Amino acid sequence: MMQQTPPIPEIIQAIPLQSYLILSTALFVIGIIGVLTRRNAIVIFMSIELMLNAANLLLIAFSSYKSDASGQVFVFFIMAVAAAEVAVGLAIIVMIYRNTRTIDVGFLNKLKW
Amino acid sequence: MYPIVLLSVLGIVVLFLGFMKSKSVLLPATLLFLVLALASNFIDWNQGKVLYFYEMLAVNNLTLAFNAIVLVSAFMIVAMTRGFQDQEEAQPAEYYGIMLFSLVGAFMIIGYEHLIMLFVGIEILSVSMYILTGSDKSNLRSNEAALKYFLMGAFATGIMLFGIALLYGATGSFNLTDIQSYVSIQGRGVSYILYAGLLLLLIGMLFKVSAAPFHFWTPDVYDGAPTIFTTFMSTIVKTAGFAAIFRLLSHSFTPIYSFWWITLAAITVLTLLVGNIIAVYQNSFKRMLAYSSISHAGYLLIAVTSLSPQTENAILFYSLAYSIATISAFGVLMLVSKKKALEGQVDESYAAFNGLAAQNPLLAFVLAVSMLSLAGIPLTAGFWGKFFVFGSAVERGLVWMLVVAVLMSAVGIYYYFRAIIAAYLKEGDIGKIRIAPFYRIILVVATAMTILFGLAPGIFEKLL
Repeated sequence: MMQQTPPIPEIIQAIPLQSYLILSTALFVIGIIGVLTRRNAIVIFMSIELMLNAANLLLIAFSSYKSDASGQVFVFFIMAVAAAEVAVGLAIIVMIYRNTRTIDVGFLNKLKW
Repeated sequence: MYPIVLLSVLGIVVLFLGFMKSKSVLLPATLLFLVLALASNFIDWNQGKVLYFYEMLAVNNLTLAFNAIVLVSAFMIVAMTRGFQDQEEAQPAEYYGIMLFSLVGAFMIIGYEHLIMLFVGIEILSVSMYILTGSDKSNLRSNEAALKYFLMGAFATGIMLFGIALLYGATGSFNLTDIQSYVSIQGRGVSYILYAGLLLLLIGMLFKVSAAPFHFWTPDVYDGAPTIFTTFMSTIVKTAGFAAIFRLLSHSFTPIYSFWWITLAAITVLTLLVGNIIAVYQNSFKRMLAYSSISHAGYLLIAVTSLSPQTENAILFYSLAYSIATISAFGVLMLVSKKKALEGQVDESYAAFNGLAAQNPLLAFVLAVSMLSLAGIPLTAGFWGKFFVFGSAVERGLVWMLVVAVLMSAVGIYYYFRAIIAAYLKEGDIGKIRIAPFYRIILVVATAMTILFGLAPGIFEKLL
């Protein structure tokens, strides 16, 4: 016998909305701190992805609490666009690695005022 | 709507044209496509407000006028790229294609009615710009600029998305009109989530138009990118970005004006101070123009902050005047620095212009007019741009902000005149610079437009 699983919005709503808000804000702040403190271009990039996913989580939570699909549609757009951004970003990082053999952002000091 | 569809298709056509043996067809084809897009832009002229794409995109005379400014700037910039297809490693088809695609993003953020459109449009515009910034692949400065632009741009996108998510949580919709009706019903009683969302969204967008304190990437990126793409960034991205910010604030958030104007006013004043004062200390002309673009973002922000009935005209006129002047300034810089590069040294400092007037009177005149226009001297378009912007601030009673702005434009005169002094009064042996005929026409037309709008700004309002 298969166990009857409740529909997904109900699972999401089993946790109060406030918890989602706190969790995604925490993820977002961790992402910002990562961007500001890390020196490796790839790790900075991962932190940015964390920020995007914090926004995704928040959109899903709001969308399911409001029973409105448009929030989930937005998440698909974010995922697709983020993939395109990753493609370009990694290409830039590879280009830099070819020329300098490093991806430490501290190395980027040709341009200064 | 028509230019969006047209340029999406024609951009792919340009990519396919790149397969042909002869690269010489690319430039004329791209220019022709831009003219077609400009013509199709006016199909919707004077139809009132029309909604397209399931009410996600709005078209009215204002958005069409912004589209036209973007297209005219793009036409001028593309016309100046003549010559880079001769370089061995350049891939002109890809660059032209990406330029056309980025314009699609610009049109989307000029006329968005739904926040998905805003997000996708900003991403199309920025991702194209990341590629173009890094297009000089073997040049370390270009690499560095591309990485900085990419990391900062993606960071700003993350902030903006979190803001959009919070706005959605507060209002339950991504549609600007729905958000507007929610805000006007709730009045000042809207939840704090909405305030936080609006602030984060604004920060994300101000990043893109390089307002202080979110400007720190601008000088490096503008300096490191190939000059032709710097021109593209500083005119088209800025025009479209300000159209987007103005649309968001004027369309949805006028009922809570008292909340956001203080934040925006602080950012405006900071942008004016930072842009103008640091520009004084620059020795590189290109870097000075980057700081000048920050300071012009400040002037445009004055108009957005005051949000009076005059504002839309002021922003429109200002961005036109700024775009034309910037394009001709960068155009002269490109010719001069190319000449210097052929002699074996890359020189983008003020000193590169020394003695320009002696043998190249046309270039010196074009440079002088564009500098005067950027400084806001009367009888140029830049003067009337500033005049309209200041007028809208007076209407709102923001006199203290005006005082700062006037003082800062006095500072601006100093660094803009340094270029004119170098060109006319300093000694130097620059030699005769050969200008391609088409390039010459673009420079002359841009200068003529600057003077024409300076003598008779009324022409512009009649066109509208």
